[in-house]
Amino acid sequence: MLSILLNSNTGWVLLSTMTLGIAAGTIGCMAYWKRQNLMSDALSHAALPGVVIAFLLIGEKNLLILIIGAAISALIGAFLIQWITTASRISEDSAMGMVLAIFYGFGIMLLTIANRSAGGNQSGLDGFIYGQAAAMVRTDVITMLVLALIVVFIVFIGFKEWKLYLFDGQFAKGIGLSLKGMNTLYTAVLVTTIVIGIQAVGVILMAAMLIIPAVSARYWTQSFKVMILLSAIFGGLAGATGTLISALGSGLPTGPFIVVVGAGFFVISLVLGKEKGILINYLQFKLHQKAQQSNAQTLKQEG
Amino acid sequence: MTYTAWIILTAALVGLSCGVIGVFLILRKTAMMADAISHTVLLGIVIAYIITREVSGTAMLIGGILAGVFTAFLVQWLHSLRVQHDAAMGIVFTTLFAIGVILIATSVGNAHLDVQHALMGEITFIPFHMITLPIIGAIPEATALLLLVLAVILFFIIAFYKEWKITSFDPALAASLGIPVILMHYLFMGLVSVTTVASFDAVGAIMVVAMLITPAASAYLWTDKLSFMLVLSGSFGVVSAVAGYYIAAWIDTSISGSMAFATGLVFMISFIFSPKHGLISRRVRPAETM
Repeated sequence: MLSILLNSNTGWVLLSTMTLGIAAGTIGCMAYWKRQNLMSDALSHAALPGVVIAFLLIGEKNLLILIIGAAISALIGAFLIQWITTASRISEDSAMGMVLAIFYGFGIMLLTIANRSAGGNQSGLDGFIYGQAAAMVRTDVITMLVLALIVVFIVFIGFKEWKLYLFDGQFAKGIGLSLKGMNTLYTAVLVTTIVIGIQAVGVILMAAMLIIPAVSARYWTQSFKVMILLSAIFGGLAGATGTLISALGSGLPTGPFIVVVGAGFFVISLVLGKEKGILINYLQFKLHQKAQQSNAQTLKQEG
Repeated sequence: MTYTAWIILTAALVGLSCGVIGVFLILRKTAMMADAISHTVLLGIVIAYIITREVSGTAMLIGGILAGVFTAFLVQWLHSLRVQHDAAMGIVFTTLFAIGVILIATSVGNAHLDVQHALMGEITFIPFHMITLPIIGAIPEATALLLLVLAVILFFIIAFYKEWKITSFDPALAASLGIPVILMHYLFMGLVSVTTVASFDAVGAIMVVAMLITPAASAYLWTDKLSFMLVLSGSFGVVSAVAGYYIAAWIDTSISGSMAFATGLVFMISFIFSPKHGLISRRVRPAETM
């Protein structure tokens, strides 16, 4: 275990997956309250063609360029979902499912072509599909860190505005906050978080990084601020622990381990959480039942 | 039959079964459930493989159905505990899928079942696994499985046509008429899982979502009549599957990816030209009424 930590590259990878977990946990809370949990799933799949096109254009694996490609492609996906939902009678979840699967299919078409071309197969482009954090080099890690920190910073400085935007849009509009501007910023932040995570977690599991910590945090608090903090902690811990576990064996994919650790936090929160956790609910129910019974008994004795 | 003919027949069967069952996914507004089930079916297949130690159609089918229904059950259970419905889906399917990938990476590690194959499908291998059936003769195993699944789907849809119609459009009315709505829900999820498992070999876990949702969504733009929508959606599925094969052969790329891409083309055409809900008719109609 210690030798893994001392290996400098693993240390860097660990740092980046942890920061990613923190950023995803933070943004996940916003997606949760916008009730757009599965949007992250659709957008991460929609990023695949952009990654491959960027790779085909520059011919090498430069993370920043691939991330830009991914972001453009995911934004097109987001726009299409919006457009199809408003311009026809197709419901939002059907539109998401279509964009997800068709973009992904298109990405696979391009990926097959890229892998056939010289050097494509060796570039580890396949790792993008289910995440291979161990393949990251130091420049990748720095790119990721910087972008993740920007995302967290944007949420942090505009915290009051975000809160208004999420919970009382009408009031936010009333005090002169541009809802359209906030929407654009929200989409930009969401897409950035998704695309920086693709390398480490993969397009298929990236959604879990946003959804699971936020839902887990919900079981512990009623306050939005505490929820974001907890969610970031859950995300960061899951990122770090999952990466460590996957580093124990060779060639193990990182993404799935991060997700399973995150799911562990969720199960703990679901059972023990103090807000509507299963155990608390059960105890309350039992107490209530007992109170009723003793009430009935005293009534009987009096009668 | 020749090698290519088998592939096209298999692709067409995938398109037909997915197109028909997809109609109810769209009408019940549970399209993303197809995405969830198609991912978790992987876990069912892996566990079936670990138990039986062979890649057999029956074991995989049972494993897939159980995984699919289990997913539907978990999502429903979390939802009943006040987790948002789509969040519940997101948690369940990513976790089960992750467990599936970990199992493949750690305890299967075998050429028959790798993640790549499961995600992208490999329709070109299908004609290599032939079995012999009594009347039909030699037929690829995956094609035979698809034929069986198509028969099962059609049987259930035709036998309970009225019930499906009522539960899909008005669940409250269906419940008040004494139709077992919850049972129908799980039966439907079972049918979706069966279709997904049977299509798995050919198109893989994610492209099957395109085959399930897109032809049905396209058909939904053309008609308001359920029976017509079923026929149309099935035909769109077949057309996209066959067109996808030829696109792939033309530019030499992944067949399953091209099939998903072709469903997108069908949807785009419907979205623009549909007489009732298309972009053009929406633009033209206000002028006509003036």
